Amino acid sequence: MNKVFLIIQREYLSRVKKKSFLIMTFLVPSLFLAMIFLVGYLSKKGDDSKKEFKVLDQSGIFQNQLINSSTLNFTYLDGDYAKAKKDIRKDENAYLLYIPSDYSKTGNTEIISEKKPGFAVVDDIETQMETILRNKKLIAAGIDTAVLNSSKAKVSINAKQLTDEGEKDASIGATFIVGFVSAFLIYLSLFIYGAQVMRGVIEEKTNRIIEVIVSSVKPFQLMLGKILGIGAVGLTQFLLWIILSTSLSTLAAGYFSKDDDGKAKIEQVSKGTQGQEMTKVASSNNKIQDLLKAADTINFPYIISTFFFYFLGGYLLYSALFAAVGSAVDNETETQQFMLPITLPLIFTFILGMNVIVNNPDSTLSFWLSIIPFTSPIAMMIRIPFGVPGWQIALSMALLIIGFIFTTWVASRIYRVGILMYGKKVTYKELAKWFSYKE
Amino acid sequence: MLKVSHIVKEYAKHRALDDVSLEVETGTIFGLLGPNGAGKTSLIRIINQITGPDEGEVFFHGEKLNQNHINKIGYLPEERGLYKKMEIGEQMLYLAQLKGLSRTEAAKRIKFWFEKMGMQDWWKKKVEDLSKGMQQKVQFVATVLHEPELIILDEPFSGFDPVNAEIIKDEILELNKKGSTIIFSTHRMESVELLCNHIALLNKSHKILDGSVKSIKNAYRNNTFYLETTKSFDIANLKTFELLNSEKSDEGEKIKIKLKDGFSTNDVLSELIPLTGINYLEEVIPTINDIFIEKVKQLN
Repeated sequence: MNKVFLIIQREYLSRVKKKSFLIMTFLVPSLFLAMIFLVGYLSKKGDDSKKEFKVLDQSGIFQNQLINSSTLNFTYLDGDYAKAKKDIRKDENAYLLYIPSDYSKTGNTEIISEKKPGFAVVDDIETQMETILRNKKLIAAGIDTAVLNSSKAKVSINAKQLTDEGEKDASIGATFIVGFVSAFLIYLSLFIYGAQVMRGVIEEKTNRIIEVIVSSVKPFQLMLGKILGIGAVGLTQFLLWIILSTSLSTLAAGYFSKDDDGKAKIEQVSKGTQGQEMTKVASSNNKIQDLLKAADTINFPYIISTFFFYFLGGYLLYSALFAAVGSAVDNETETQQFMLPITLPLIFTFILGMNVIVNNPDSTLSFWLSIIPFTSPIAMMIRIPFGVPGWQIALSMALLIIGFIFTTWVASRIYRVGILMYGKKVTYKELAKWFSYKE
Repeated sequence: MLKVSHIVKEYAKHRALDDVSLEVETGTIFGLLGPNGAGKTSLIRIINQITGPDEGEVFFHGEKLNQNHINKIGYLPEERGLYKKMEIGEQMLYLAQLKGLSRTEAAKRIKFWFEKMGMQDWWKKKVEDLSKGMQQKVQFVATVLHEPELIILDEPFSGFDPVNAEIIKDEILELNKKGSTIIFSTHRMESVELLCNHIALLNKSHKILDGSVKSIKNAYRNNTFYLETTKSFDIANLKTFELLNSEKSDEGEKIKIKLKDGFSTNDVLSELIPLTGINYLEEVIPTINDIFIEKVKQLN
């Protein structure tokens, strides 16, 4: 075992000491930070410019009803549609909100402008209109003012619930993002570190140092040492990323909450002191804050620890196979014929994960993908933020452990023969033969 | 110290070793000779426990070969190799530790060898910065650093210039004097026959000859001699020898002769003295190469 430790040490140090390791360690969190800043900056910038809305309401339902906010300013027009449309083209910063006279029947509205209005803006207006319309309909239905007022009181209670609901909504978004990011990281790292194992094996083979090494240690010890050493490099990298990213994003979050009144607004709304309309306006204007807030509801220690487990398990499972492929070839260009069966399950799971599992984390397919060892590291990471029963996680983890012991065993039998074979065009049939060699 | 007993090793399509047995005495320099593909490397890999035999056993000091013996053997493979991007010093430390030395002990010995071989300032260098000959030196040192009881050298002199080959040869002899048993494996038989005191010849997976160099050579002496005379003479009616071939030289005639049965070199000399002056008479001792070719011919 002492010798395996020596090998782990060499594999680990020779990689961690490299400049590329340092660069990757700092580059990734920096990019992460830059992305947060960019998103924050862009959304702030969007807030700054006030949108001028000219409302041509031929139905008369919304006349003087829409409420100005910090980003929206409504003025009301008279006259016909064609003229208003022509006028609006003169001012590229103005938007025409056209509500036709048959609105109450068709429900159609148009926003006409030079520039495309942002999603948040449209969302705001829709919400406002919905509220106004509902109030109108209530009145039209013959509900008197007293009832309406009491229903309004109810609405403000609802507003509080809506706020909660809003959080829940955002939380699903955050859940999705956490699942996506962790699954993507595992997907990527399995390729990156698996390929490193493979390249390491090929290097030793083409350098011909392999024969010196295996006269000192067993091939299995060498393979194991290499896999564990590179795995430790991966863990180190992730740990550094997590530490750097959390400290950087804490800084970033501090920066955004300091000079933004968004949070204050949400609090106000949830106290029920404002109208229902404001709730939505505020919440949609501050999606980032919502997300940051929602992030608080996610159990990060749990996700990070399962992430590490599935990274390690998946890595051990796949890197053994990568090692076997490396041992079977003389140089990297020859690896392609053996790569497909290894990469296919990964790519397959990732694509399915992004489509099926995310939309339906509890479906039968999702269940099986997150149980089978070859697909579980990615599939389970997508599911975990949504909540997975304990027995499923236990089963999946147990199978993953059995899975990597199995692949390591298979791989080591191919590896021990492959590392000493040169200049042979290797086929799958050949690999099967190597596997069955006695010693 | 090493006993190889009835080893059979089969690869997919051919038998690399077929019932090969041999014994290496402690302190000898043993030559494992044979052409390419004879099975030398297969046998060496089995001794190094890189692969296992299909049949037969190997004993090290009478003990069945096992993991404990790995640290007592030093192996220089035919295909030399080191980590190209690793510093020489680190690399030596690593390889020595894999052979069971402690880090401090390994560092001490590396320094000693570096001084001995004039490589003091190589510690921080990378293998890719060294010439091929220098790499070979590094690899040789790495092979013997743990002071193995048995040193196995596969084609030890390939890749060395004559000067460095001489240095390595001296080092090997010194190690042998200090008690290490050496196995040379090579297809260039003439390069080691003067060093070895015992050889085994492998050909096409079989051992075809085995014994001390002296006894083998004695067995293959066949009463042929080189003879150089000061002038030509009539060979037609000579009783003591027959002519194998002849060539004219500046000083006279150089011929290869074979004694006829029952005659000695003295008889030859007394017959020739009246006829011509004699520069020299020297026995033709077959080289291992000749013996090998002879033996293969016999077998066919």
